[in-house]
Amino acid sequence: MKLIINKKEYNVPDSYGEKRLTDYIRDELDLTGAKNACQMNACGACAVLLNNEVIKICHVLVKDAEGKEILTIEGMENPDGTLHQLQQAFVDAGAIQCGFCTPGMVLTAHAFLMKNPKPTREQIRKALQGNLCRCTGYQQIIDAVEMASEYYRKN
Amino acid sequence: MLLHESAIKQVTGEAVFVNDMDISSEMLTGHVVYSKYAHAKILGYDLKQAKALSGVYAVLSYKDIPGENQVGPVAKDELCLAEDVVTNIGQAIILIAAKDKNTALEAEKLIDIKYEVLEPILEIEKAIEKNTLIAPVRKIERGNVEKELNKSKHKISGVLETGAQEHWYLETQSCLCIPGEDRNIKAYSSTQHPSETQAIIAEVLGIKSNEVEVEVRRLGGAFGGKETQANHIAAWSALLCNATGKPVKIHLFRDDDQIITGKRHRFLSKYEAGFDDEGKIISYSVELNADAGSATDLSMAILERAMLHADNAYYIPNMKVIGKAYRTNLPSNTAFRGFGGPQGIAVIETVIDKIARYLGKDSVEIREKNFYKKENDNITHYGEKVENNRLQVIYEKILKSSEYRKRRLEINQFNSENEFEKRGIALTPVKFGISFTTAFLNQAGALVNIYKDGSVLVNHGGTEMGQGLYTKILRIASLELGVSEEKIIVNATNTSKIPNTSATAASSGSDINGMAVKNAIDILKDRLASVALELLGSKSQKENIIFENDFVFDKNKPGKKILFKELIPAAYLKQVSLSSTGFYKTPDIWFDREKGVGNPFHYFAFGMAVTEVLVDTLTGYHKILRTDILHDTGDSINDEIDIGQVVGGFVQGVGWCTTEEIKWDAKGNLLTHSPDTYKIPTIQDIPADFRVELLKGYPNPNTIRNSKAVGEPPFMLAFSVWLAIKDAISVVGNHKSEPEFSLPATNEVIVLAVEKIR
Ligand code: FES
Ligand code: FES
Repeated sequence: MKLIINKKEYNVPDSYGEKRLTDYIRDELDLTGAKNACQMNACGACAVLLNNEVIKICHVLVKDAEGKEILTIEGMENPDGTLHQLQQAFVDAGAIQCGFCTPGMVLTAHAFLMKNPKPTREQIRKALQGNLCRCTGYQQIIDAVEMASEYYRKN
Repeated sequence: MLLHESAIKQVTGEAVFVNDMDISSEMLTGHVVYSKYAHAKILGYDLKQAKALSGVYAVLSYKDIPGENQVGPVAKDELCLAEDVVTNIGQAIILIAAKDKNTALEAEKLIDIKYEVLEPILEIEKAIEKNTLIAPVRKIERGNVEKELNKSKHKISGVLETGAQEHWYLETQSCLCIPGEDRNIKAYSSTQHPSETQAIIAEVLGIKSNEVEVEVRRLGGAFGGKETQANHIAAWSALLCNATGKPVKIHLFRDDDQIITGKRHRFLSKYEAGFDDEGKIISYSVELNADAGSATDLSMAILERAMLHADNAYYIPNMKVIGKAYRTNLPSNTAFRGFGGPQGIAVIETVIDKIARYLGKDSVEIREKNFYKKENDNITHYGEKVENNRLQVIYEKILKSSEYRKRRLEINQFNSENEFEKRGIALTPVKFGISFTTAFLNQAGALVNIYKDGSVLVNHGGTEMGQGLYTKILRIASLELGVSEEKIIVNATNTSKIPNTSATAASSGSDINGMAVKNAIDILKDRLASVALELLGSKSQKENIIFENDFVFDKNKPGKKILFKELIPAAYLKQVSLSSTGFYKTPDIWFDREKGVGNPFHYFAFGMAVTEVLVDTLTGYHKILRTDILHDTGDSINDEIDIGQVVGGFVQGVGWCTTEEIKWDAKGNLLTHSPDTYKIPTIQDIPADFRVELLKGYPNPNTIRNSKAVGEPPFMLAFSVWLAIKDAISVVGNHKSEPEFSLPATNEVIVLAVEKIR
């Protein structure tokens, strides 16, 4: 079985097919950006993109991701190694406190901005309503997404 | 602008949390088997089958504990593993170490624990009836409360219930223990209190503290929930590590975390207040009854803080506060942002709100009338003077910036035109005492090392849980040592570097650790100044040597400078020590518990919020239309971080006040143990229009760089939401009748209150 993660191909033994995708990428590939926070499909801390759609992978099996393009937070940076503009906006807006929700938040916002690069604040809220953050109170997260939207409009 | 020191790692997924650590293929998964009954005798269990399962490395009961079977942080009334009786659902009984989680879960199925179920106490009312006091009753009293109540022209009384709250840190409790040489053990724990975690690991293993090292780089949120209760998880993982000789990691499942760990204390409070025609409170009597849960934990300190905040921002000449904490059969309740403060403040804010309705006045008038004043009426019920009072200035500013009076009229207009949708508005203040009320805890240590290349490593005893402590410490070190931040690293908190620390709690993290770091730097600067004088060829005094922007110079001859990184190797060659510890204890604070008097706080933090809500009186649905906050952080060390604390604290408070309802069934089973049933605020729940500002131009004397603590106080600004909802409900009865109201004001509570009024 093949998985394509952050543009890299991985050969996965079939025996891992029934494993949860979060456990597989965290334990076997050491991609620990996706977090185990609820494991109940309810908080978004494990969110990654599968073919540009946000998916909470605590409820996805490895075999169900076969052949799909997976983007995790580790693949978010620009090719030259600098922070992606959305990541930079999270840093600049003070949208990060403990950081546990951040990878899922960034990827969810990324999928959203790719589809809607000119969002209102209401639309940003709607897009992120499945991602829980206990620290920030969200205000600066909305600011960050708003700040970054300009980049998506231009690209 | 200074960013959060870990922001780049956090946003790229590189920031490592305990559960991200995978140190060897030898590592085992730890698992805890806990009680399914709130109160029961354990008749027996057989561990043989579980032990025999392939992939299982250890199955432990209390009999396998080499040291003391105890994890109580203050009172020794909390077993590490249950013996013959269980006293709450979630109490640990058996520990399992296995090659992975599934094997551990399989092993658990092979353990059949036989119980004889006993009657549990699950409600405060029942605990009061059975008088299950966990410690003697506390009292703080001033004046003659009964006499003045009897004399009062107007009186109100009532009962207020405030609910529990689940911390819901995104990172559930976790700990990884690694065996070292001899009996040594190293624990990577998600704890707010590394020194206590160290001591408890040593106690359960029957070894000495110098054989245990606890390290904490960062936590994925804590909010008080990892102040004492991280110790349990650390002790379990240490026991399994010790039994197997292998690294063992425990990372609790979300539902297990919610079932096992304690919450914010529920309170049942009874009050009576007497006041004059103007709404000035003359006499106030309140009894605070806390649900401590099954063990003491920090309950008495939490109760104490509730009692010390029963006045909130108001001067009340005659005041009596009775505090009682009761043992029940729920998991032991614990610290949570505000630490009892919110529960105490909720009552007096209810009283003020009721007085306003009783007298037919706007509640801001009543608040203003009762605020602590500057010159007189400035002594709290426990005898501490309210110095540097910022209430008046904040009140005037926020009344204006929020356009409170104009909006009040607009709201009245809106309400007269809409039958089922009602708007409400409220202004609420907070005055919050900063310091641990247990005076000796107000101490902190630091260790600053300068290396020969001029780079600096700062160690301190506080933990980083997202609140930005490391970022603040970095700035403090940079400004105090005059060295740019790129040359400084703030090290992971480690008990081998800084011993005997206090928990990072009581909002005091940067206050006390910042001061300890400054102390270490002052010592180093004093040593370095002598060397600098020599290098500068100056006859001047050491005090005149300035460290600034990576240079060192004599302030009287600023033209001649040497680089810090040149000074350091020179000092090394002259055999000057480039490492120093630092220490700080908060001066002049004390509290006499017996008498209920003292100066428990180093200073007070102040803030105010104005919130407007829209309530659908048919469904109870409510929306926060706008919130304005003006909060006092002295000379902020980092505006961005402080604003983040204000926003985050406020929103967490909104959760407690509105949606976060914890329910148990009649047997004590937690019904709200998933995000689907327990509703912490989502991004949709924050104010539509949210304006947060810090009070500028009011430095805080005698603190690190004139700053103020910020972690907890903004939590209590959420009462503006709670009371704005109440205001909207009371429109239904033309502000004449008093809504029946408790906390949280869930949709259900709102609908019932509206029905009652109609
Ligand atoms: S961990 Fe997957 S949604 Fe919470
Ligand atoms: S930053 Fe801590 S949960 Fe979002």
